[in-house]
Amino acid sequence: MTAGNNMNGSSAVSNQDYGSNVEPESILKPGTHAPHFNLRSTPDQTVSLSEFRGAPLVLAFYPADWSPVCGDQMTLYSEIVPEFRRYNANVLGISVDGAWCHMAYRQHQKIAFPLLADFEPKGAVARQYGAYRHRDGVAERALFVLDENAVIRWSYLSPIGVNPGADGLLRALESMTTKAAA
Amino acid sequence: MIDTPVVDVDAPTLTPPIGDRDHVVGPVSAPVTVVEYGDYECPYCGMAHPIVKELRRRMGNQIRFAFRHFPLSRVHPHAERAAEAAEAAGAQGPPRFWQMHDMLYEHQDALEDEDLLVYAAEIGLDMDRFVADLESGRHARKVREDFISGVRSGVNGTPTFFINGRRHQGSYDLATLMAAVSAAAMHVRR
Repeated sequence: MTAGNNMNGSSAVSNQDYGSNVEPESILKPGTHAPHFNLRSTPDQTVSLSEFRGAPLVLAFYPADWSPVCGDQMTLYSEIVPEFRRYNANVLGISVDGAWCHMAYRQHQKIAFPLLADFEPKGAVARQYGAYRHRDGVAERALFVLDENAVIRWSYLSPIGVNPGADGLLRALESMTTKAAA
Repeated sequence: MIDTPVVDVDAPTLTPPIGDRDHVVGPVSAPVTVVEYGDYECPYCGMAHPIVKELRRRMGNQIRFAFRHFPLSRVHPHAERAAEAAEAAGAQGPPRFWQMHDMLYEHQDALEDEDLLVYAAEIGLDMDRFVADLESGRHARKVREDFISGVRSGVNGTPTFFINGRRHQGSYDLATLMAAVSAAAMHVRR
């Protein structure tokens, strides 16, 4: 699982179906400064990127709340929060669902971290990260690991129907820690 | 449209490989080892259980089967305890693990502590030891180790199967699993 071989699923399909209406060329690559955002996490609270300076941050864009499986991506990450914390890392989920929808979904699935609503203007943050899927109007399933200075250190675009799991995230966090120690 | 299946060419690999700490049934000489990461309260795992049993029956000495715990405790509040119960049974002899494993999967709607005691008694476990193990959480660490190994191996939901160390990407109906196991066995023979 590397950033190099991640373009197989979505863009091939869209080129075939939609001709000139191309998907984003690619998601933001390692070395890029993560674009700023300030999004609602609940109907009356917002979360901004700057709050997470000083520690690694995992950004998980995903298509939609309410995937009809037990081990969906956000549920899985909630189980793994203790592992992320071992690297001092926080986790944020981002989709185009509204804050009320996120709230219901978080409660129902007992999600252990904030879910941000990239809702108005729709998908604006996902677009900045190259992680918006125009043909479906949802975020791609895209992962970013940011370092303590909000520089992207690892990114991965998953085929949209495939839960990418967490092994890539943990490896990325591990290698950042190793490099910092060296 | 959104759930288009995609073949993942670099399928994740089982880490660590099957070893002494694992619960394994079937001949050591079998060309194919199937590993399930499962959750006793997950309905999809419950559906897969009879399929796995049939797979083992049909493939005979071609297959060795191992089970590792992957409890999604936040959505399945009984899953962790059930996993510990299976470990507590296994501590009283390897066949006990599989007896409890079957019990749990066959009674997914009754996984309260008192249910676990009933199953333990039916299997004929040393009840004092079983209760002490559950109360002390003696096997929680093993369950967590299984879970972490799953995360590291690319488990992204339950059930997830590995066939000779590679994550099985297709569905887990009997025909698909049989085909995958047969293909793996052919590959080994070559």
